[in-house]
Amino acid sequence: MVPVDYYIILSAVLFTIGALGVLIRRNPLIIFMSIELMLNAANLAFVAFSRMYDSFNGQIFVFFVIAVAAAEVAVGLALIVEIFKTKKNINIDEMNSLKG
Amino acid sequence: MTSELIVFLVLSLAAVAAAFGMVSSRNAVYSALFLVLNFVTVAIFYLLLGAPFIAMSQITVYAGAIMVLFLFVIMLLGAEALAPTNVLPWQRPLAFSLAVVLLIESAYLLISRAQTNALISAPDITVNSMDNLRDMAMTLFHQFLLPFEVTSILLLVAMVGAIVLTKREKAGQK
Amino acid sequence: MHLSEAVNSGFFYLAPWLVFAPITGLLINLIFGKYFSEKMVGTVASLASGAAFVVSVLLAYSVSINHGEMMSVPFAQWIHIGTLQLDWTFRVDSLSATMMLVVSGVGTLIHIYAIGYMHEDVRFKKEEGRFTRFFIFLNLFIAAMMILVSGDSYMMLFVGWEGVGLCSFLLIGFWYEMDTLARPSWANSNAAKKAFITNRVGDFGFLIAGFLMFWYLGSFQFDEVFKAAPEIAHSAPWVIVAITLFMLVGVAGKSAQIPLYIWLPDAMAGPTPVSALIHAATMVTAGVYLVTRSAPIYSLVPEAQYIVAMVGAGTALFAATIAVGQYDIKKVLAYSTISQLGFMVAAVGMGAYVAGMFHLITHAFFKALLFLSAGSVILGMERGHHHLAHHVAHDDHGKGKKKEGKKEEHGHGHDEEHSEVFDPGDMRNMGGLRKTMPVTFWLYMIGTLALAGIFPFAGFWSKDEILLDASLHFTSVYGQLTLAAFLTAFYMGRQVWMVFFGKPRHDAAAHAEESPKVMTVPLMVLAALSVLGGALNLPFEGFHNLGHWLGHTLGEAEGLPLDLKVAGISTVLALSAITLSWFIYGRNPLKANQPDPLKKPLGFIFTGMENKWFVDEGYFAVIINPFKKASQFLADVIDWRFWHDFVHDTVIAGTYNWLSDTALNTYADQKGIDALANWLGDATQSVSATLRKVQNGFVRSYALSVMLGVVLILGYLIFK
Repeated sequence: MVPVDYYIILSAVLFTIGALGVLIRRNPLIIFMSIELMLNAANLAFVAFSRMYDSFNGQIFVFFVIAVAAAEVAVGLALIVEIFKTKKNINIDEMNSLKG
Repeated sequence: MTSELIVFLVLSLAAVAAAFGMVSSRNAVYSALFLVLNFVTVAIFYLLLGAPFIAMSQITVYAGAIMVLFLFVIMLLGAEALAPTNVLPWQRPLAFSLAVVLLIESAYLLISRAQTNALISAPDITVNSMDNLRDMAMTLFHQFLLPFEVTSILLLVAMVGAIVLTKREKAGQK
Repeated sequence: MHLSEAVNSGFFYLAPWLVFAPITGLLINLIFGKYFSEKMVGTVASLASGAAFVVSVLLAYSVSINHGEMMSVPFAQWIHIGTLQLDWTFRVDSLSATMMLVVSGVGTLIHIYAIGYMHEDVRFKKEEGRFTRFFIFLNLFIAAMMILVSGDSYMMLFVGWEGVGLCSFLLIGFWYEMDTLARPSWANSNAAKKAFITNRVGDFGFLIAGFLMFWYLGSFQFDEVFKAAPEIAHSAPWVIVAITLFMLVGVAGKSAQIPLYIWLPDAMAGPTPVSALIHAATMVTAGVYLVTRSAPIYSLVPEAQYIVAMVGAGTALFAATIAVGQYDIKKVLAYSTISQLGFMVAAVGMGAYVAGMFHLITHAFFKALLFLSAGSVILGMERGHHHLAHHVAHDDHGKGKKKEGKKEEHGHGHDEEHSEVFDPGDMRNMGGLRKTMPVTFWLYMIGTLALAGIFPFAGFWSKDEILLDASLHFTSVYGQLTLAAFLTAFYMGRQVWMVFFGKPRHDAAAHAEESPKVMTVPLMVLAALSVLGGALNLPFEGFHNLGHWLGHTLGEAEGLPLDLKVAGISTVLALSAITLSWFIYGRNPLKANQPDPLKKPLGFIFTGMENKWFVDEGYFAVIINPFKKASQFLADVIDWRFWHDFVHDTVIAGTYNWLSDTALNTYADQKGIDALANWLGDATQSVSATLRKVQNGFVRSYALSVMLGVVLILGYLIFK
């Protein structure tokens, strides 16, 4: 028997690590992966609550999140490839031409 | 301490470690592989939480399809590692401190607002899990039929978008 | 209305055409004049005036078959205010019909004459475009004069009175940018202004009379005024005296009586037909008409009548003395006109309205004749002068130039070669014109004899009637008028000897040419009228035609028989005056540049006559110069220095400037509102310059700020 709180804390920890990755990494691919980690953490919380309330809605939401994540990855990676083709570099810190 | 709790703790330790590894490794390929490990542990959590369909989707879509795509792109671009730069020097310490605050806040909020003191047990293996799956399918195709169909369109659009974005333009053609 | 009916009952319904006929001619010339030839313009104008004459004849006929009954022809509603009910009504009675006949008859003849006169005049003045304008003004004058004589109320009469004043102004200043000798100058405009302003003084009197009339008698309409007057004369006689005397001021203005006669000699600046029509035959007699029309009022106050008679007689004598000392052919006639108007005013002042009207009619004939003949003389002199200039030019430029552009050529030649300006109206330049202008000479002689009052010309009868009336009632008036009559004969004799007899004193006179038929034929008609006009009212039992005719309107007057004593005295005086003038001017004709032979024996008296007794100078010294000084003071000191410089510039504008510049601009605006707006702008700029740095282009920084936001929102949710 595991208290739900543990799952919630785990989800929070994973989410925070993902957010940290987004903030500190310069490689857009790793940033992207960190975002996937954050989504995953959210999914874990959904499923945990779904179990707790004995309802399918949480699971179905996770299903949609996975579908959307797949689409997002497809388009996102295509964008990164296109950026690389244009700039021959994918360091996110060098993509700063839009500044005040 | 029950056996379930031991499994949970071990798995969660592995998940957190994998996540840390993903974030901290210098090589992008390692990061991807750490992420796969993380996804797998999370999939096991799904099984423990009585969601076998989601667990399978997690393995096939995330750990399988998406991460393969990631690895493919990393290798295609040769972007395993980037040269070090020293822009935004204050980004890292700020990020860490904010992360700590965020962790504390989110955990507190989730626990206090959900008012959970319930315990979750692993699903009974003796029960036929197909019933569970059928019930979920009934919900998905009745109550959530429209979002489901919209999702299909979303996937189509993403597919077309990816192809259009990466299409190589022929010389002399705009 | 059928003609047969009209013949039996009268043509009164035609009365508005008195005014409309000349207006129609005016409009035709105004609109289409520029497409017409000069003959066409003149014909249209003459026909318009002639139509008015025909209407006048028909109206006179209508009056006669209605036994002199007055007829009102209502035409339009005019002024209806409160109790005042004033309509535009034409009054047709024997008096107005007489005036209509004189005005339109003489007017039409002068229109015809002017076709020939203006044809040459516009060419001498080198402004041929003004031919049409002249006839438009002339028709306008006829229309205004018709309103004056046909009006049924003092207001309508006043409209015409002002209308003819306007036409007089326009026509005196017809050659407004030159003087009488066509030199560039404002002399003619000044003459026009003088006439207009002097008439304003008179009109002021007329207006006061009108106000009093309305206030005390309650109406402007003739019959109503006459009906109300006797009662007022009984209760408040001073009202009637005031009305009549103020009206006399108007009369003095319009009919050129002392003290307002000064404008008439200057009015000779207008073209000669104007002098004849407006300033001799018709307009100036409006005053006489006014007194005659107001006879029922004047008859109530013998004091006013006496003043009117004295003013008339004084003017008659005074102007006659000035006429003796004049050298300009038209100026002599102008003073003669003033003098004759004095006769008429004296007559109507004495209550001898029929005599006054009689003299008005005959005077219109022979003075128009004299003026138009004088115009003919002047044009003849001009022709002679240009003939002369032509010869000079011919000699200078050789034969080749002879054929091309005669008139312009001669004009220019004259301007360049003779610095001395030739005055074609100066009698000292004339002499011997009897031979070069025979037709004009004979016509002039008839006019002269008529004016001098020689039996049996028209002037004899009319003047004699006035003198007879005067001898019966006012001895002093009789004396003055007899003396004036003597002087009249003398200055006319002097003029005739100087102009037509002797030897030419200038080459131009030697080469003068006779005028064309279009000018001489109307003169012959006028000459015939001047000879026969006396037949209108012969002083014999059964021949007082005019007296009976006007009696329908003015009340039957006793027709006086011929008084041989009065007639004899005046005839003897006239003949002796002419003889005297022959002794002075005819026996030894004037030589060129010789001073007037009267100068020596009369001394300073002649200097006074020559200089119009310095009346103009007196007016300048007493009225005009002080007035100018006062205006100067008001304009320069009060208006400019005080009101403009001090009050406006210093006080108002200065205060306003201080207020706007120092108080509002510097403090309120620049240091208040502007400063606030600038501070806002500066603050925005500096804040945005700071905030701009946040937008550093690093995606990770943006992500960090999102993270910060999330942390803050969660923190808010926790501590809510």
